[in-house]
Amino acid sequence: MSTQKSNNRTLIAIIGDEDSVTGMLLAGIGETIKETGERNFFVVDNKTEDNEIVEAFTNFTENKKDIAILLINQHIAERIRPLVDAYQNAFPALLEIPSKDHPYDPEKDSVLKRVRKILGE
Amino acid sequence: MSQQREAVFPTRMTLNLMRTKLRGASTGHTLLKRKSEALTKRFRDIVRKIDDAKMKMGGVMQAAAFSLAEVSYATGGNIGIEVQELAKQPRYTVAARQENVSGVILPSFEAIVNKEVDDFKLTGLGRGGQQVNKAKYIYGQAVDALVELASQQTAFVLLDEVIKVTNRRVNAIEHVIIPRTENTIAYILSELDELEREEFFRLKKVQRNKQRDAEKLQIAEKAEKERLAAQESDAVQSVEAESTTENGAKNDDMNAFDDDADVVF
Repeated sequence: MSTQKSNNRTLIAIIGDEDSVTGMLLAGIGETIKETGERNFFVVDNKTEDNEIVEAFTNFTENKKDIAILLINQHIAERIRPLVDAYQNAFPALLEIPSKDHPYDPEKDSVLKRVRKILGE
Repeated sequence: MSQQREAVFPTRMTLNLMRTKLRGASTGHTLLKRKSEALTKRFRDIVRKIDDAKMKMGGVMQAAAFSLAEVSYATGGNIGIEVQELAKQPRYTVAARQENVSGVILPSFEAIVNKEVDDFKLTGLGRGGQQVNKAKYIYGQAVDALVELASQQTAFVLLDEVIKVTNRRVNAIEHVIIPRTENTIAYILSELDELEREEFFRLKKVQRNKQRDAEKLQIAEKAEKERLAAQESDAVQSVEAESTTENGAKNDDMNAFDDDADVVF
């Protein structure tokens, strides 16, 4: 059974392109720990390698225990799709969000795929 | 699998035990089934909500992206780097509230905005301050929507898992435990019947033996009596024979054979 602790999870983290991250930071979700320089956001641009995304993803989902919700741009999720589809945990909740340049495609969303399967569409 | 039975000794005590177990299993089955139904109902509500919310999210994010475009136009440059460097302390955090649906604890996130924290007071001070504020506001709303969606999605994932587990239990009871217990009961009953038949047969056998012995004894007694009677009459006859000396010679010979065991008639 999934009796994961949720008490200490208060942050919203984001893996996204520069615009999405900037927007979310403007809303005030960002945190930088002074001592370690650790951040709860990760900017992906054209030069970012896939394994860096994977590293950020596993870091946010497994290592950092204070994240309640992880936002990820859909086109970035697409680059590490197997990992995202295999992600089943309740905490942190993984949310695929659209970005400015990539409109939202419901067919690709890992949760929505399951939702559609259950609704039988 | 389901055709198997439990390894038990066929006694009345085990039979009672198995009957109690069967009763418990059927009660548990109905209860679990009801739980599963309640959860599924809730699950379907959530699924529908998620479907709607995900579709709406596209629109919200579009508006937010547009406001950011306005910002970069107004400030005349990219504020991304500046914002990333300035982000020190979260202003927007979430707290998990717990909700209980038929014994399943579902967390739902609640947004907490700390108004005292503002890392971007000076962003856009020179140019485009108004646009920056607007973008802040719109992105705040977008995050609200995302938090709402995230709680529903978390509930979805948790419920999905719990429903699977519950259904697995319901099926296990229905298709494994109940048939197996029934098989065990049937086995114990047949064994007990068999024992009873054996016992009955044994009693009948004993009864028959007793009867036969009694009959034998009776026959033997009868024969003994007859023999005694015959002896008595013999004695009488011999006395009579002695008195009739001439005629009784042949009779005397014949009666004398009676006493001789070797002579068979």
